[in-house]
Amino acid sequence: MGFFLYSKNGQLILAILAFAAVMAVLLLVARLADRAKGRRTVGVMVAVFAGPALLLLVLGQIYPAVRTLWMSVMDKRSEAFVGLDNYAYLWENPAGIIAIRNTLLWVVLVPLLSTAIGLVYAVLVDKSRLEKVAKSLLFLPMAISFVGAGIIWKFVYEYRGAAQDQIGLLNALITWLGFEPVRFLQDAPMNTVFLILVLVWIEAGFAMVVLSAAIKAVPNDIIEAARLDGVSGWQMFWRITVPSIRPSLVVVLTTISIATLKIFDITRTMTGAEFNTQVLANEMYEWSFTFGDNGIGSAMAVVIFLLVIPLVAYNVRQMTKNKAVRG
Amino acid sequence: MTTDTRTSSKPSAPVVRRSAATGFKRRASNRIGSAIALVIAVLWTVPTFGLFVSSLRPEAEIKSSGWWTILSDPQFTLENYQRILGGATSTNLAVYFQNSLVITIPATIAPLVLAIMASYAFSVLKWRGRDAVFVAVFTLQIVPLQMALIPLLRIFSGTAVNDMFPFVSLWVAHTLFGLPLAIFLLHNFMSEVPRDLIEAARIDGAGHVTVFGRVMLPLMMPAIASYAIFQFLWVWNDLLVGLTFSGGSRTVQPLTAALAAMTGDRGQDWHLLTAGAFISILLPLVVFFALQRYFVRGLLAGSVKG
Repeated sequence: MGFFLYSKNGQLILAILAFAAVMAVLLLVARLADRAKGRRTVGVMVAVFAGPALLLLVLGQIYPAVRTLWMSVMDKRSEAFVGLDNYAYLWENPAGIIAIRNTLLWVVLVPLLSTAIGLVYAVLVDKSRLEKVAKSLLFLPMAISFVGAGIIWKFVYEYRGAAQDQIGLLNALITWLGFEPVRFLQDAPMNTVFLILVLVWIEAGFAMVVLSAAIKAVPNDIIEAARLDGVSGWQMFWRITVPSIRPSLVVVLTTISIATLKIFDITRTMTGAEFNTQVLANEMYEWSFTFGDNGIGSAMAVVIFLLVIPLVAYNVRQMTKNKAVRG
Repeated sequence: MTTDTRTSSKPSAPVVRRSAATGFKRRASNRIGSAIALVIAVLWTVPTFGLFVSSLRPEAEIKSSGWWTILSDPQFTLENYQRILGGATSTNLAVYFQNSLVITIPATIAPLVLAIMASYAFSVLKWRGRDAVFVAVFTLQIVPLQMALIPLLRIFSGTAVNDMFPFVSLWVAHTLFGLPLAIFLLHNFMSEVPRDLIEAARIDGAGHVTVFGRVMLPLMMPAIASYAIFQFLWVWNDLLVGLTFSGGSRTVQPLTAALAAMTGDRGQDWHLLTAGAFISILLPLVVFFALQRYFVRGLLAGSVKG
């Protein structure tokens, strides 16, 4: 028993065995219900098949989300009601305003840049000889963690004084061209843009994969007809390709925006939110876990959630609209 | 443009009249296009390559010259990896690598199994309120993790279970946050299985457990593979859950949390950071390249079908 209780591998195996046992019991119940074939069978089936997942979601997501809402109007120990004070803090405090400004910059730039790059790349490598390899190269960063990507790019942005040899690739190029080295991560406001580029580097692959599939689904006769009309490559792109893949473009843009709002890892690893690079998701983490103020931390979580809602609403509306058009 | 050359070389092919000027323009824009694609491809791979090369260079070299100098002065060593995987405790990542594995394996299996079962209830079983509940699950996908974080943490902290089995809270948290997307994705796949197949099995007297195990599961394998890769990458690469639910304890913290701490404390120790980062991205990269096909399929099912 000691192995199972006191070693990591033991606990791992124990967990898998316990989980398998629970599932086996549930399926056994379902099998018995199958045999009985009573009127209540469907109820038992739903309970067995969907029950565990739904129970987890209610206890682990819905209840906590409601509680976070409640905590956001309470003081830092959730003991006294403070109304909207926690929210007011967000725009009365200069640090909070910087975080909001930066978050907006992230949520505008990341989706636009990564979608643009993903789209251009997808069009350029479409039907080329090395298409598969070329695509793998672009979406390889998707397998890398934000922390890993943070380290990779911190190294690329590394700054040394002009007298020293540069070890960061970008500053080496800049000094080689005869310019002064740049403090990419320290000098505001451009440092936020350099952090944003790291997420663009990760998300462009996602955009490329989805958009490339959409481009391949554009009917061939439309393209042929346009080609016979002597349309140039540029016109083809703007007048045929882009309108045809509009629904996918919307999905990609909104998906990336939603993901962007939650990212705190990059800021945390690359600048530690110093030099005016704070974002909401990281500020939420700091207030809740470093300063132990659950009121302000929860308010920030709620703000992130509120910012997500319009994006989702737009996405859903586009989806239903497209379905209506398609018939 | 390979198609163009093919049509012109075949004498019988229908001749599309195109002036020499447009032909030249096409080729020129094609060249510019290839050049742009090449630049993007280089920008997307060189940073990772630079990290890898640096992780193999001696400490003194990394700190004094760029990794590209290996062309003129090649010096390689495995010392950084030895230090990262076996050296002093503060820089030894081997423990965290194991933690990441112990966290990731159950946190990939559990949501997968629960979601496969739930998606059966949402696509095959017919019950009142099914569609409403499904929409609710779909919506949860969008709620930021941050919304549930603190209260969920409170449920676990200080309990006997958490002291005895510190990984449980991490497993549960990851399972929870993975479930909505998993159910949504697998439901999409399952809805595509022809109803006739299920009806036929039902008429033959097969119960739901049999239909689920013998008909659905085999057909779902590609979908299961694509979701498994997602969940694996998501859990392995996660920092937020790893940081908050491990309570900063060395016995449970994942690799990402250890690396993030290292960039803070030893930000200039590039020999350790590069090797550490490469260790952390090695497994995801292997999984990614081996199962790329399924990964792409999952991406498309999740975002295009809606």
